[in-house]
Amino acid sequence: MRKYIVTLLLLPGYIASVLAQSSDIEMADQFRGEGKIYIVIAVILLILGGIFLTLLRLGKKLTKLEQEIEDEKK
Amino acid sequence: MNYLIRTNWWKWVVMILLVYTIVAGLVMAVPRLPILNETIRNLHFHVPMWFGMIFLFGGSVFHAIRYLGTKNLKYDAYSKALMDTGLLYGVLGITTGMLWASFTWGEPWSNDPKQNASAVALLIYFALMVLRGSLNDDQQRARIAAVYNIFAFAVLVPLLFILPRLTDSLHPGNGGNPGFNAYDLDNNLRLVFYPAVIGWTMLGFWIATLKSRYLLLEIKRDA
Repeated sequence: MRKYIVTLLLLPGYIASVLAQSSDIEMADQFRGEGKIYIVIAVILLILGGIFLTLLRLGKKLTKLEQEIEDEKK
Repeated sequence: MNYLIRTNWWKWVVMILLVYTIVAGLVMAVPRLPILNETIRNLHFHVPMWFGMIFLFGGSVFHAIRYLGTKNLKYDAYSKALMDTGLLYGVLGITTGMLWASFTWGEPWSNDPKQNASAVALLIYFALMVLRGSLNDDQQRARIAAVYNIFAFAVLVPLLFILPRLTDSLHPGNGGNPGFNAYDLDNNLRLVFYPAVIGWTMLGFWIATLKSRYLLLEIKRDA
């Protein structure tokens, strides 16, 4: 019985400490708050777009070459 | 691979999924975890490299078996293209992992069982690449590479999924208890993580289709 009472008494403190811990963990909150993360996203998206464009164009060039070789064989 | 080469619509799916991955992966709320802090977001970029590698190597061994059944060099080209792209993903996975580990585990290489196992797995596939390069006869090269490929994949699975779980590992989900809960994957992370895995994996297949079309042209030229 005493064990349970002790547990009950300690529980609120434990929960509070866990909650305190999770908000103490350092995250880039200020960086996000200032909206700078969107600049990073824009830069990455531009790079990604460039890569996609290159892949699409490479595919088109291959299609053309495949067609040419197909025509030559006829 | 035949279907992926013939069609284009899935490329738009790749682009949408990856744009979504970047935006949502960097903007959405993530769990506040000690040690990991903001780097938890690497989950959407580092981990899909390994998922992609497994699928690409899986595709490679599938086409290797098809080659052995048909002796059609087309399947050897598919197998080679998928293997090369899988290796690219594996190298990216291991280097991004080392970078991430420098910040979270304190050093790039901690001889973590999963790190060591994936390094061994990559070496096995590099050996396959060297083996291919050393053979000149098309059919002989394709046959030997296909058989080696089957063995390599058979070793890859225990190396990455079974052995690291038998010991303690720094990687989440290892050390006896596999599963995704160990990732502390909350629903916000899942919302980005699954599309990220599909997107990055399919990007790998996209690159592999381009490579195999080039290889097919080479075969046509030599025929």
